[in-house]
Amino acid sequence: MLPKDQLAVVLKEKFPDSFIEITDFRDMLTVHIRSEQALDLLRTLKTDPRFAFNFLADITAVDHLEMGGPARFAVVYHLLNQYEVQRIVVRAWVDEEQPSLPSAYPLWKTADWQEREVYDLFGIEFSGHPDLRRIMTPDDFQHHPLRKDYPLQGRGERSNFPVVKRRIGSKWQEAKSVQ
Amino acid sequence: MTLEAKELSTDNLVLNFGPSHPATHGTLRVIMEIDGEVVTKVTPEIGFLHCGFEKLGEHLDYNQYITVTDRMNYLSPMCNNVAFVLAAEKLLDLEVPKRAQYIRVLMCELSRIADHLLQIGMQAVDVGAFTVFLYGFRLREWIYDLFELAYGARLTTSYTRVGGLMRDLPDAFVPAALELLDRAPDTFKEIDGLLTHNRIWLDRARYIGPISHDEAISYGLTGPVARAAGVDYDLRTKEPYSSYEDFDFDVIIGSNGDVYDRYLVRLNEMRESLKICRQVLEKMPVGPVNVDADSKYVLPPREEMFNSIEGLIHHFMITMENQGLTPPVGEAYVPTESPNGELGYFIVSDGGREPYRVRTRPPSLINYSAFPAMMENMTVSDTVAILGSLNVIAGELDR
Repeated sequence: MLPKDQLAVVLKEKFPDSFIEITDFRDMLTVHIRSEQALDLLRTLKTDPRFAFNFLADITAVDHLEMGGPARFAVVYHLLNQYEVQRIVVRAWVDEEQPSLPSAYPLWKTADWQEREVYDLFGIEFSGHPDLRRIMTPDDFQHHPLRKDYPLQGRGERSNFPVVKRRIGSKWQEAKSVQ
Repeated sequence: MTLEAKELSTDNLVLNFGPSHPATHGTLRVIMEIDGEVVTKVTPEIGFLHCGFEKLGEHLDYNQYITVTDRMNYLSPMCNNVAFVLAAEKLLDLEVPKRAQYIRVLMCELSRIADHLLQIGMQAVDVGAFTVFLYGFRLREWIYDLFELAYGARLTTSYTRVGGLMRDLPDAFVPAALELLDRAPDTFKEIDGLLTHNRIWLDRARYIGPISHDEAISYGLTGPVARAAGVDYDLRTKEPYSSYEDFDFDVIIGSNGDVYDRYLVRLNEMRESLKICRQVLEKMPVGPVNVDADSKYVLPPREEMFNSIEGLIHHFMITMENQGLTPPVGEAYVPTESPNGELGYFIVSDGGREPYRVRTRPPSLINYSAFPAMMENMTVSDTVAILGSLNVIAGELDR
């Protein structure tokens, strides 16, 4: 893979509008990009023989509400080049209003469930995802628990579940009172 | 008179499998559409064991969260402990002493043997062979006795600390471990003899749930499931962590990617793990198991804490709120080879005492997401065989 400075030049040329920067912390390169061109960047990193990141190890998100950053959410992709054993992190910054970015499913099928998890827990939508449903929480759940403004002990969680009302004086109880 | 064959009207049947079915080993639900005996469509539903571990991680400090990692993959909790502290140590830029690294490798490999034994045993139970499970459990119990000897707990180990280990190995550990290493191959031989050439096992495992090399990469499969499909990628050799580069062992690769190859990969991996364990015990360096206490990352020795004011202040500084382990602003991810595949913790720090975000890269979830692809043209009875071969641990799957 290209060294950090050259990589920055190459990516800046290719994505002039959305490329933000490349950071390096503890030998981990992170490419920051705006969400619109995140899929294009991933496609470049996968198909360009100079990079050849063939394996998508992980998709997750970070809510930067308290920490600050170019936007509120960052969707984080961990890519791995299995031939040369190199890793790179892509951070796609997603705005707070209508958080949405293109799905990576056309490139890697592993994106299916992992994007569903991000959608479920952060409320970030992935356009072009074949089956974007909640995966961890119940289907009728209203909130996105891993957002920073969601409290640790939940918010009105009990009210989200249907309450089973037991009939007083049911047949079972009648039978019991006879005994 | 000729008999006319009458067309029987047949509809696809929807079969609900789980969430609490003896073969799901956890809480998985699979909604299957079946045409006769053949499954035409599979929709797995997960999330029944979602406990918000990642949310909890944002409210616990680095050493406290180690106890939560135990509960993720509870068949090999030590691997989770190691994966988490490696990420935290990378964030802090700490290098633990060689002895601690070797002990971590030893415990991880013993956990791997215990995990694979249970996986093979469970899969055999699911397809109807109970003996393998009992034979495997005997050795697993022995490994757990070793764990108990080393850190007092059998299942929820919590042995690692950021910057080292909870304590050094006791003197009795090494002879006990050597005895186990001598006698463990007998169990593998028994399992080998019971299963590898068993006609019923071959029928239930061979060509069942196959996945190709390219599909395995596309689905992000790792660990034995991927290696059975011919993906030559083992993090222990490719991206060595915790001194794995010091040990000599082979990576087991399969070719068909079916249930049988996964079994063979796991069985032979246990033999390789034994090799690693033996090398660790031979090469075990002497010395401390924690980083220097002056670095203010680990607790001081107990005598110092009770008998000197400096030691007391030191202890206070680490355990008090807004003090102690405060990594710089940044993020770290260390991939490790857990028994199920690539396990890593992605930690984002905002410079505080608690992580800003802890993400687990769960091998169970990602391996399980390929389940519908493996179920193509399979029958209902193959479901349990394939599920067993994936070794889905619900605690890690749902977190």
